[in-house]
Amino acid sequence: MTALRVGVDVGGTNTDAVVLDAADRVLARAKRPTSPDVTAGLRAALDAVLGEIGGRADEVTRVMLGTTHATNAILERRSLGRVAVLRLGAPATTAIPPLTGWPADLRRAVSAGEAVVGGGHFVDGRPIAPLDRAAIRRFLTEGGREADAVAVTGVFSPAGADQEREVAEIVRTELGAAVPISLSHEIGSLGLVERENATVLNAALYGVARDVTRALTDALAGRGLAPQTYFAQNDGTLMAVDHAARYPVLTIGSGPANSLRGAALLSGVSDAIVADVGGTSTDFGVLAGGFPRESAAPAEIGGVTTNFRMPDILAIALGGGSVVAGGAVGPRSVGYRITREALVFGGRTATLTDAAVAAGRGRVGTHPVPDLDGLAAAVRLADEMVADAVDRVSLGRGDRPLVAVGGGAFLLPDTIPGAGEVVRPPDADVANAVGAAIALAGGRSGTIVAGRTGRDAAVERAKREAADRAVAAGADPAAVEIVELSEVPLSYLEGPAVRVHVKAAGPLK
Amino acid sequence: MIPVMEASRLITADDVAPLARGCAVLGTGGGGDVASGALAARRAVEQYGGVPLIALGDLSPDDVILPLGMIGAPTVGHEMIHGDDQPALILREVERLLGRRPAAVMSSEIGGSNGVHPVGWAARLGLPLLDADAMGRAFPEVQMVSMHVAGLAPTVIVLADVVGNVTAVRPVDGAWAERIARAVCVAAGSSALMADYILRAAEARGALIEGTVSRAIALGRAVDGAADPLGALTAELGARNLLNGKITDLRRETTGGFARGAAVVTGVGGDRGRIITLEIQNENLVAVEDGRVLAMVPDLITVVDTQTASAVQTEGLRYGQRISVLAWPCDPLWRTPRGIEVAGPRAFGYDLDYVPVEDIP
Repeated sequence: MTALRVGVDVGGTNTDAVVLDAADRVLARAKRPTSPDVTAGLRAALDAVLGEIGGRADEVTRVMLGTTHATNAILERRSLGRVAVLRLGAPATTAIPPLTGWPADLRRAVSAGEAVVGGGHFVDGRPIAPLDRAAIRRFLTEGGREADAVAVTGVFSPAGADQEREVAEIVRTELGAAVPISLSHEIGSLGLVERENATVLNAALYGVARDVTRALTDALAGRGLAPQTYFAQNDGTLMAVDHAARYPVLTIGSGPANSLRGAALLSGVSDAIVADVGGTSTDFGVLAGGFPRESAAPAEIGGVTTNFRMPDILAIALGGGSVVAGGAVGPRSVGYRITREALVFGGRTATLTDAAVAAGRGRVGTHPVPDLDGLAAAVRLADEMVADAVDRVSLGRGDRPLVAVGGGAFLLPDTIPGAGEVVRPPDADVANAVGAAIALAGGRSGTIVAGRTGRDAAVERAKREAADRAVAAGADPAAVEIVELSEVPLSYLEGPAVRVHVKAAGPLK
Repeated sequence: MIPVMEASRLITADDVAPLARGCAVLGTGGGGDVASGALAARRAVEQYGGVPLIALGDLSPDDVILPLGMIGAPTVGHEMIHGDDQPALILREVERLLGRRPAAVMSSEIGGSNGVHPVGWAARLGLPLLDADAMGRAFPEVQMVSMHVAGLAPTVIVLADVVGNVTAVRPVDGAWAERIARAVCVAAGSSALMADYILRAAEARGALIEGTVSRAIALGRAVDGAADPLGALTAELGARNLLNGKITDLRRETTGGFARGAAVVTGVGGDRGRIITLEIQNENLVAVEDGRVLAMVPDLITVVDTQTASAVQTEGLRYGQRISVLAWPCDPLWRTPRGIEVAGPRAFGYDLDYVPVEDIP
């Protein structure tokens, strides 16, 4: 049986879709403008590729979606649910109450009340205070009725989640089983405020997740299809749709991850620098063991700081539409108007595309490039900017190949200082949609291990937890593997103490 | 180098962000993350009102100054944030022990998060903030404070933890103060608020580093919106830019509770061909080029992002980062023989004779 998969990636400008066969060959591809509501563009791209494969549409067994629905909902404060925010940690942590520092309008849209109640743990696992069940019930009966969801964050819950789980039981008893609950230990790692922010955003996004899931299944049902559906996560793995319904916030940042994973799949290279060249900018990222290298800096979403580990992307203002003028390239770009304004399309603006065509790097457009001063210099300048960016992301390693993807991949030279071979895979302009259709589900876990004893057991527990989460996200339990394990030593603690991060992934079952 | 203070200005919510930026610069790579300090301080100022920033001369000789700072593991403090009541617990205990209510709060360490938090603590306690601190930068140990250099004894130390335990200690000297405070802190879950070297205004002259709060705010404001942030910061600090470069090697380990390591910075642009190694123990302590020391503790060495001039903490250093290494003179107090003994290169295990940064050719 030839199972086909469909990958869809919703980007800022375009929504791309591809159909892949079991051998990862691209059978069909489509680019449609991303619509303001996101869903119409998604439907159009999906319809286009399914239409292209015609009768084989019923061979589609899986559909994978990387989407900006969640990001847009937060940025636009739209379709967000109201969240009862509960923190376990009093009398500690009260110097920074929940949602401190949130933009006022986002806070108004999201909060159905906040409380810091007795509970939480010390770094060594002792309780800070007994769990204040009475205060939790009072908070839920007073404010909880207005809430669409509940977010629970306990101090040091990534190292011990029992209290958060108990509170979930109390919420179910008080508000009924229908009210969804976000528990912080399932969402993020250490760093209370950032993890709590991410947990609250997750709880606010349940409605958005329901809507996009319904839109996707409706669009497929309209063609008589009922494939398994998956959402792309920000770490380059997938999660099954029922899992995504509980962790919608993990879809944020999946776009750059998709493009990196797609570059890996199309090129067959798993350790490389990836340059995704667009019309206005170029994103540089790094593939390590087939997955995106992650940024150490905290990720800000809609003005709220979270501790997600997003793909480490360096964006520079250089793309096919970058305007060549006065001895400079960019940052101004003609953007989507390139097909009217660039010289090779008969327009009057010299762009990097024109300069690259004049330099013989590709054949693009409808008109020859006039002999203009400055075009050759522009190519040299752009090459220097690319070399500089490659140097910045390379971490001192100059031997890794560079995979060029995106519509402007041809702009890049064949040799780049700081990188090995420049690889130009086929279908590079839909690498992001191909990346969405990768077939790995993943999960992660993090904890802190204090003291020398128990380190091995704690690391094993973290590994098991990450593997369990990968399986819950849809991975085959028999084939799930630990793909990343990092230990960071901590300062100013008695004895050795480390912070452990584990990521697990496996093929879809 | 100590700016003259205008009398009693008010620190408002708008001052918190520049203060945090400036404290990060004065943190010389350590001192903890300023972001959560800024969140807490801003909230407290919004809730309890602005904080008068006063100079030492505004206090009467008998007025008690309450130096406050968080001690413990930054990672723990980032997860188990302190409670709103901890400053009041300390204030009450100090008042009981001394028979007098402190007249002002002071930051015990202007560099890093302990430079920012005291604004919130002062707001919460309804006390003014003294425009001074005990380091002028960040240091890792309790006895590395100006009062210790000036020969004052830590007569009483008061600690309050997140659950409300209050510990008062009368140590025999600074080294014992460090040892006992550390032990109490570990018992309290590796995070505690501490008042240390509580002193009267009469004994404070020459025993504090004055003007550091307003200096931190000025540093933050200088960078804010500047066309050339690096140039603006370098000028405001009176610093030497040792090198514009990128990180090409990093070595990290944690021994004895301290994060040690080294960062190799390779010059770019006009500094191409030069290589500086930074020796790190929580803070940036020594900058070396070709075996030649360019700057050393207690002078200040801070790594900033070349483009934005925002300070980079040692934990945030990454390969490939484009950074500039700034170095500038410490307060004269640290350059006295006793200052060098307490916090000079040998106090950190470097077999170096201290040479002021501006005297190094």
